[in-house]
Amino acid sequence: MPVQTVREALRDAMAEEMRRDPAVFLMGEEVGQYQGAYKVSQGLLDEFGDRRVIDTPITEHGFGGLGVGAAMAGLRPVVEFMTFNFAMQAIDHIINSAAKTRYMSGGQLGCPIVFRGPNGAASRVGAQHSQCYASWYGHVPGLKVVAPFSAPDAKGLLKTAIRDPNPIIFLENEILYGRSFEVPEGEHLVPIGQARVARAGKDVTIAGFSIAVGYALEAAEMLAGEGIEAEVIDLRSIRPMDADAIAASVARTHRLVTVEEGWPFAGIGAEIAALVVERCFDELDAPVARVHGVDIPLPYAANLEKLALPDAARVAAAAKAVCYRS
Amino acid sequence: MATARKTKTPGADHKGASGVDLLTYYREMLLMRRFEERAGQMYGMGLIGGFCHLYIGQEAVVVGLEHAIEPTDYVITSYRDHAHMLARGMDPKGVMAELTGRAGGYSKGKGGSMHMFSTEKRFFGGHGIVGAQVPLGAGLAFAAKYRDQGAVCLTYFGEGASNQGQVYESFNMASLWKLPVVFVIENNQYAMGTSITRAKAGTELHQRGEAFGIPGVIADGMDVIAIRAAGDEVVGHARSGKGPILLEARTYRYRGHSMSDPAKYRTKEEVTKMRAERDPIEQVRARIVEGGHADDAALKEIDREVKVIVAEAAEFAQQSPEPDPAKLLTDVLADA
Repeated sequence: MPVQTVREALRDAMAEEMRRDPAVFLMGEEVGQYQGAYKVSQGLLDEFGDRRVIDTPITEHGFGGLGVGAAMAGLRPVVEFMTFNFAMQAIDHIINSAAKTRYMSGGQLGCPIVFRGPNGAASRVGAQHSQCYASWYGHVPGLKVVAPFSAPDAKGLLKTAIRDPNPIIFLENEILYGRSFEVPEGEHLVPIGQARVARAGKDVTIAGFSIAVGYALEAAEMLAGEGIEAEVIDLRSIRPMDADAIAASVARTHRLVTVEEGWPFAGIGAEIAALVVERCFDELDAPVARVHGVDIPLPYAANLEKLALPDAARVAAAAKAVCYRS
Repeated sequence: MATARKTKTPGADHKGASGVDLLTYYREMLLMRRFEERAGQMYGMGLIGGFCHLYIGQEAVVVGLEHAIEPTDYVITSYRDHAHMLARGMDPKGVMAELTGRAGGYSKGKGGSMHMFSTEKRFFGGHGIVGAQVPLGAGLAFAAKYRDQGAVCLTYFGEGASNQGQVYESFNMASLWKLPVVFVIENNQYAMGTSITRAKAGTELHQRGEAFGIPGVIADGMDVIAIRAAGDEVVGHARSGKGPILLEARTYRYRGHSMSDPAKYRTKEEVTKMRAERDPIEQVRARIVEGGHADDAALKEIDREVKVIVAEAAEFAQQSPEPDPAKLLTDVLADA
């Protein structure tokens, strides 16, 4: 299988869907002439021209709403936010205009749109550029929220998202853009709402999404050296969440650790803990452990930033704790 | 009302309106007035809940502009939306039944007064967040241009929304990309309870697009013929590929901001004077009588017909069942 970076996989997904459907277009800051702030849209302007690859002014509220209006008229916009931190300027349109309209119209008016861009911490960019929005958007009925880790999932999920008739939040990760994976050749679609067993194991389940899957896999490797076989669940979708996959894994391992970069309060780990209590409380042999970003605005200093974010060692420690091993 | 579109028949008077035009305008504005009066009554009776923003006094704006566009053009507005839907030719029964929250409403009872849509009639809401419809309207115009449809989008907002940042973000993109959009400021003088002079640095709202290269037009929003003429001009501009244009219609709402507003921020005399001297329906009625276009009996017949339509809408809105509880969870997502 050919090897691709996540960045290339995302670009190919957009290019393939734009070739397939003339209603698909890309808009955002620096997506055209600059080839993408993180070079995700490299080459798209050359292939599709400025009618379909549209550089916007730095006005997220405005172009977020404009994209929603275009989707209401039946186009298939892909709106890139340079980072999801800036999408807070547009969040009224994402939630009030995009997510709620189908329901408010009795099913009459849909909004087939993809909002995509990097989410969460990058490296040393300070608190305003480093927030994880998974639980914010995961909270909202009328949205689908995906957060892939690997390049094949990034490609397959983005292609599926562009074809979906609903508004999709597509959370990428700046640090993952340069990571390489094998990506299947030819048409590759990944369904929204299905988690993936990234590593099988019988002693403890570690569930995460996006970059946290990398920490989980690293931790599993560390744990294997100590005789603990961890099962890693790559959630891939936040909403709808694959509760069946989580419950099935917990039924095998009886222990659960969640991993995310976001804050703990009302976070994705909290949601998973609640659903496991509701779905399979009797399977648990230990309380659920949550590994998450520390409950502070992310600091700039290298040492403090490191202390504030999850890493493999912390995930391994949590897994050992729920296995009652030290 | 769509059937009566494209008035301006031969034999028009010096202001461009024929007797047929005047009678059409009269009938359409009267339907809106009676519809809204009935909605107000039904709200008082507890048949309509929540927020209910009436359009009474502003009828000339939406009627004049609807006659300047085509059924294939797009329309979007704020939460004061009942008359815009009637103008688009949407069924008064479906609108009133949405106000009462019934299954027969345009949104099957799930939207309410502020959230109704008709993709068939190219009416895209009905939006409850002040100013949000402005970038959405620019997006509808973007789609029209992208598809080379030749359609324009009438994007209505109030003078209160004209202070919103997203309005200027939309002006910027619409002008930059030459989008076929008409921005219509329905300046009814009050943003809820705040008069225009208390909230605006500069009250010449038609000038607010100038920095973006968007020409502005001002029109008497109490005079349907003046609005129609301005509508022809601004719609022609947008449709010709010259990009966006801004129309400020100076109008007046007789009732409070919503049903819960007693409107104590203005004098009774101010409202009484406006009704007596500037009422859009009375102005047209006077022109019809002066021009000998219809006699008293003919006008009474129109009144009677309108009354019947509104009565049937009110009846339907009360007879239509509440939504089936089984529909609580439907319409959140479309099947992928």
